[in-house]
Amino acid sequence: MSGAGNTFRAPAMSNPVISIENLSKRYTIGHQRANGDGMRHAIEGAMRTPLAWFRSSRQKKLRQVDFWALKDVSLQIKRGEVVGIVGRNGAGKSTLLKILSRITVPTEGRIRIDGRIASLLEVGTGFHQELTGRENIFLNGAILGMTRAEIIRKFDEIVEFSGIEEFLDTPVKRYSSGMYVRLAFAVAAHLEPEILIVDEVLAVGDAAFQKKCLGKMSSFAQSGRTVLFVSHNMEAVRTLCQRGVWLKDGRLHKDGKADEIVEDYFNSTANEISFSCANPDYGLIIQKVVLKNDRGEESSQFRPGEDLIVEISYDAHKCIEKPVVALGVLGINGSCFTSNMLLDGHRPDFLEGPGRITCTFKSIPLLPQSYTVKMIIRAANVKDLIVNYQEVAGFSVVGDLAEYGYKGEFLTFARHSTPVVVPYEWRLPDGTIAAVTLNRSTADFEDRISSEVGNH
Amino acid sequence: MTQLVIEAGGTEREYWRDLWRYRELFYFLAWRDLLVRYKQTFVGVTWSLIRPLLTMIVLTVVFGKLGKMPSGGMPYPLLVFCGMLPWQFFSTAMAESGNSLVANSNLISKVYFPRLVITVSSVMTSFVDFLISALFLVVLMIWYRYAPPASLLFLPFFVLLVFGVTLGVGLWIAALMVEYRDFRFIVPFMVQFGLYISPVGFQSSVVPERFRLLYALNPMVGVIDGFRWCLLGTQNSPYWPGFAVAVIEVIVLVASGIWYFRKTEQTFADVI
Repeated sequence: MSGAGNTFRAPAMSNPVISIENLSKRYTIGHQRANGDGMRHAIEGAMRTPLAWFRSSRQKKLRQVDFWALKDVSLQIKRGEVVGIVGRNGAGKSTLLKILSRITVPTEGRIRIDGRIASLLEVGTGFHQELTGRENIFLNGAILGMTRAEIIRKFDEIVEFSGIEEFLDTPVKRYSSGMYVRLAFAVAAHLEPEILIVDEVLAVGDAAFQKKCLGKMSSFAQSGRTVLFVSHNMEAVRTLCQRGVWLKDGRLHKDGKADEIVEDYFNSTANEISFSCANPDYGLIIQKVVLKNDRGEESSQFRPGEDLIVEISYDAHKCIEKPVVALGVLGINGSCFTSNMLLDGHRPDFLEGPGRITCTFKSIPLLPQSYTVKMIIRAANVKDLIVNYQEVAGFSVVGDLAEYGYKGEFLTFARHSTPVVVPYEWRLPDGTIAAVTLNRSTADFEDRISSEVGNH
Repeated sequence: MTQLVIEAGGTEREYWRDLWRYRELFYFLAWRDLLVRYKQTFVGVTWSLIRPLLTMIVLTVVFGKLGKMPSGGMPYPLLVFCGMLPWQFFSTAMAESGNSLVANSNLISKVYFPRLVITVSSVMTSFVDFLISALFLVVLMIWYRYAPPASLLFLPFFVLLVFGVTLGVGLWIAALMVEYRDFRFIVPFMVQFGLYISPVGFQSSVVPERFRLLYALNPMVGVIDGFRWCLLGTQNSPYWPGFAVAVIEVIVLVASGIWYFRKTEQTFADVI
């Protein structure tokens, strides 16, 4: 464990503010849903003869599956630490936050928390569509635990932070999703806890707004308060947090400096994502998202300059008209490039039944690092998200840069460099022209030219 | 420095302190429900008058005119309205509070506060309707030139009683509904049958004497009798054993309701 970077803070910090001991949470899956008709079974069980009741309760046990969302997690967090929690979907991150926020209770274990705690598992919890912005500020504030007097005192500040003064008396159902999120975050940002727990709130809103949120969170952290932060945004975790905690299958997998944890985590996940999801509201199932190379083979390793084909297999049980599909390739520092129907306008007329959408990224100009693919599918009205996932696929780019004409002494630095390399060309004082590209076929060609030019 | 301990099983003392800390949320949630209820309606709050008014007319015609039930010398509409005042409160508040946790499931799965706030505040919302109806009763009494008797002083006690019945039943149903959505179908039945087995459209004195105690097992019998006694001073002396039964039932209902609610509360977020 390394929290040692914080010793310069207050003397009281040697005791942890959050101390988690052997925390476990068990969910029993399938008992009430599998039975279908809720109460009948409960009553039946009691009414039947003891033997039958015994039999039915034994059958019931067979149907139940225990699932440990968290198992034996122990963690000490010191005052002023900003801790990023990473892990795949289902690794137990949300469960941990839910227990810390007292939304659900642990099955085993104990947590001690010193100080006023506030958690933000969602932006705009309790916002009511029919109410105005002003009314929602009060409602949301109260739900998050502010007193009326506190809200009145901070009201102007909240409004200013949100930047929606002119729509204060408009029902929030008429807000754009951006305005909605800004207002909601503004309320939450004015809570004044000593410990803040944040779950993935940064996944919403536009880039400028996300920046504002991050800024608010880092100023919060700099004032010596403790932050626990869950995110799939690796860049945010790295820049915001000093310490990283990696949960895997409900257990604490690794704990250490944020940089190192994030890098380890990112590299490992990039190669082992298998994704599927369903949105029952739209009747859309994404069966899988696979990556293929230009020979049509499924792969998770690509060479610089190779084609990257993202193939989405779906099954639409309802007809979805004019969806907007957007894909993004992300490196550890954030987005590299995207394909977005919102911009290019090549939207399919409809999705119905099983089908496929593929997108080929031509000769990917990426350095050997790890990458993930994110996917967003919007409904015809653009505003409603049908699918929104940060990690639907992952891959790594491998290859010897020397083969691409790279001859620097610090090639290992390529692992930490900005990953996208568009073809470029140096013109040196002595007239030497050196072209660099990650597209190998042309690289060979350019190499030859430049060496010819150099020989002149 | 506030210290918080989270353990398997939870902590009781913390809970009641939190309930106090979140006391303003009772008001905010009730305020929200009131604000939202009549948004985008044409006649707005008038709805909370139209409903009891129409029901009063129907019950007066059915029981008073067609059924020729005894009115004890009082205007039948007045008799009916005094029964309907607590009944309407009970039936709407029970339905709303019963549904309150499920309706607020987004809050339950995303933010912590004592869940009792949700259910209690939904009872409070219906209480506002109750007050509006009560104002209408005042108008009705002036219209019939009917001065309330001295027993009016006991009205607050019966208001408390009906609040207790409603809260007790509401807590049970709300907590049960989280796991068993069957109650979504049971509640309308309870409301429908309850109207006939409670003395809303008639006086409980029409029930034969030997069945009175049995009849009083329905706590709303004691409540409605009490309202009539306070507001109209029903000629017959009130049926005291009935009141006693109602009071005991209310205490049991509220205590057991809170107990069951607290027992299941910790798993609300997992089950809902």
